[in-house]
Amino acid sequence: MFDSSSIIVGLEIGTSKICVVVGEINAAGALNIIGVGQARSRGVRKGEICDATLAAEDVRNAIVEAEQMANVEIRSVYLGVTGNHVRGFNNHGVHPVVSADREITAEDVQDVIKNAKAINLPSDHTVVHAIRQHFHVDGQNGILNPVGMYGARVEVDVHVVHGHIDRLKNSIAVVKGLHLEVDEIVFTGLASALALLSNEQKELGSLVIDLGGGTANYAVYAEGIIKHTGVLAVGGDHVSNDLAYGLKVPLGRAEQLKIENGSALIETAIKGETLSTPGELGLPQKPINLEHLRRIMALRLRETFELIESDLSPLALLEHLRAGVFLCGGGARIAGVRELAADVFALPAFLGKTNSISGLKSALDQPEFATAIGLVKFGSLQQKRKPANGFADSLKKTIEEMFKR
Amino acid sequence: MSAPPEIPAVPDVRKKLTLKVFGVGGAGCNAAGSAAQAGFAELEFLAINTDSQALSVTPVAAKFVLGASRTRGLGAGGDPDLGRAAAEEDVEKLRGFCNGSDIIFLLAGLGGGTGTGAAPVIARIARESGALVLALVTLPFEFEGARRQLQAQTGLQRLKAAADAVICLPNQKLFKLLDEKTSVLEGFAISNSLLTEGLRGIWRLLTQTGLINVDFADLCSVTRGRHAASLFATAEATGEKRAEQAMEKLLAHPLLDGGQVLTESDSVLISVAGGPDLMMAEINKLMEPLRRQCENAHIIFGAAIDQQFAGRISVTLIASSQPQHDKPAMPLPLPEVSPAASVPLEFLDPEAKDRPASRFVAPPPTITDEKKEQLYRGQTGRARKRSSRLQKELPLEIVFKGRFDKSEPTVRHGEDLDVPTYIRQGVPLN
Repeated sequence: MFDSSSIIVGLEIGTSKICVVVGEINAAGALNIIGVGQARSRGVRKGEICDATLAAEDVRNAIVEAEQMANVEIRSVYLGVTGNHVRGFNNHGVHPVVSADREITAEDVQDVIKNAKAINLPSDHTVVHAIRQHFHVDGQNGILNPVGMYGARVEVDVHVVHGHIDRLKNSIAVVKGLHLEVDEIVFTGLASALALLSNEQKELGSLVIDLGGGTANYAVYAEGIIKHTGVLAVGGDHVSNDLAYGLKVPLGRAEQLKIENGSALIETAIKGETLSTPGELGLPQKPINLEHLRRIMALRLRETFELIESDLSPLALLEHLRAGVFLCGGGARIAGVRELAADVFALPAFLGKTNSISGLKSALDQPEFATAIGLVKFGSLQQKRKPANGFADSLKKTIEEMFKR
Repeated sequence: MSAPPEIPAVPDVRKKLTLKVFGVGGAGCNAAGSAAQAGFAELEFLAINTDSQALSVTPVAAKFVLGASRTRGLGAGGDPDLGRAAAEEDVEKLRGFCNGSDIIFLLAGLGGGTGTGAAPVIARIARESGALVLALVTLPFEFEGARRQLQAQTGLQRLKAAADAVICLPNQKLFKLLDEKTSVLEGFAISNSLLTEGLRGIWRLLTQTGLINVDFADLCSVTRGRHAASLFATAEATGEKRAEQAMEKLLAHPLLDGGQVLTESDSVLISVAGGPDLMMAEINKLMEPLRRQCENAHIIFGAAIDQQFAGRISVTLIASSQPQHDKPAMPLPLPEVSPAASVPLEFLDPEAKDRPASRFVAPPPTITDEKKEQLYRGQTGRARKRSSRLQKELPLEIVFKGRFDKSEPTVRHGEDLDVPTYIRQGVPLN
């Protein structure tokens, strides 16, 4: 029915749920979301697979749901990866222009990026992304595309995201085990930023925080380019866990309390208020002190934001963020989390909306789907670029090579 | 109020301390040897061993063959009882060595015969002669077998009871410092150098006058009467971010168990040495994580400026904790805090009164529960405050991590983020 190349699928194997989004590039070249699928995730902790069998089963369920909804057959996916091992940093590459007339060619650009990628990584780490930021030609700054320019030396700043090779392989293996191809692996923080930010917001400077179940992924854009990415392996699971411990309730109840009564702020009015809900058998359960609940949550969320802030502030990035902070992921649903973020970062904070893509309204409105939608968007950008330089092919090759090792 | 206390004459204010280092047993002598070669001024070294052959190769000037008549200088053969007997035999001579010193460092490797058996005896003798006894001991590697471990533990208990402070270096923890290619010789050399480092840190602390001075009395207040294991760590760093680096190194020190020890300790002595370029902000950066780590602890801070440390920063940390069950049994270790008037007479040790020079501590008298109640009620406000403060430290024996129990911990800035935030920040939920 469809040419497979026009179908792009984003798969995020999250800690709390698995998310599949199917996008289609229509004749006009615009991206349209035509299907979503999701399943509760049981085999993932802190963004990484801990039980491959369960994870594979859950991924299959989500894929099947998405296939039915979109009425397509899914053959390959863009896979989101995250975890405590994923790190982002900026690097610099230099390359002398060799051609006689000193014109910078596309090969020179490839070479300089290759140089920038040749970094002193730990031996067991591999590059997930190397995103070009700026080129410099003979010391002239701020050049976005040097091809066709003249110069003796071309330099490039790249943002490199890297991760532990075996731990990246784990999630790839789960997908491969279901006879699906992995087009590319994408850092989920980057994908969320792609989904939420318009070009204008990237230009103004924004921080995107994806508050997931097991990890908080963040990415900073300023002046239209990516400046920083990071992972903090603290998420909604930690909030539930804190509640379960602090309020002395089972984890399931803690999860429920978090969703129904949680808030990132402690209102002074609730002091001493208690909450008693009937249990499964209709009998009243142990009353919950609402103030304690809020305090435990607020402390955890504030600490999470503060840790992100302490990661960004030495880089002097917060001053460049004029658009503000954008939140997505399940954690963005917590009441008051926007205000808390605004307070910690001293910046305007918003709930991220994936409004730059058309398609199913139900999928686009939910903050949880932002990452998977971002993966689809990443895929569409890659496919547009594909005929030009075969960049995606080369990355696909690297993934294959990773497996041959 | 009353007449102002008499100000002592100026020359007496800083008494010159006599420090001695005793290496006991094979390992102790090796450590003492390497320390002696490392060059310490004002420190007298003495190697004590039952094995005269091993002693002859020790690079320490003063040597003493222990229990020569009993073992004929052939060693204790890994038998602590023999080691102890040898030391008991030479009590008089040992007392002679100890006399007139203020601080005696005992270096020993526990697990064998001489170190395990003789060290506690020597510690007792030294203590009776009025010196502060600090023992720096190593515990055997696990591969040395269960018997040696058991002997080492027994010896450690005895030593703890006899010495003022025991600083342990479990050799097994050294594996964190070693890589695949470290040879056996290097491994033991590292163990020795850690002991030397420890010695050097304490020695520097005691002999050099600092900007914010830490001295003998401070060291005593951290270690004296605690009868508990004190842990020791040093870290050095240079360069731009030396303060952060030094602190990070310190918190990651294998002996501190990833900072776990700090949270449990109730008394911490920290001494910073730096060049004239040491900055206030750096001290702040150093102390900030530490203060967070050991909120309940009594922190003694010292800083010294030394030309030798230009561009460098060196941090020495001694942390000690009282085992929980010791707290009620030991009303207050320091005489100036102890409200002598309110303590019933039978609680005072008449011997200690007669012979203030001797710091022999009598075993705690047996008291009934009623008596205990009565004693607690009789204590002053300050003492009560102190015990209630200590009470708060009781929980957190097992760090709860719930569903993250089995997963890799998320550690940032030395804190395990899997532990609920409110617990780490100490926010009470009433």
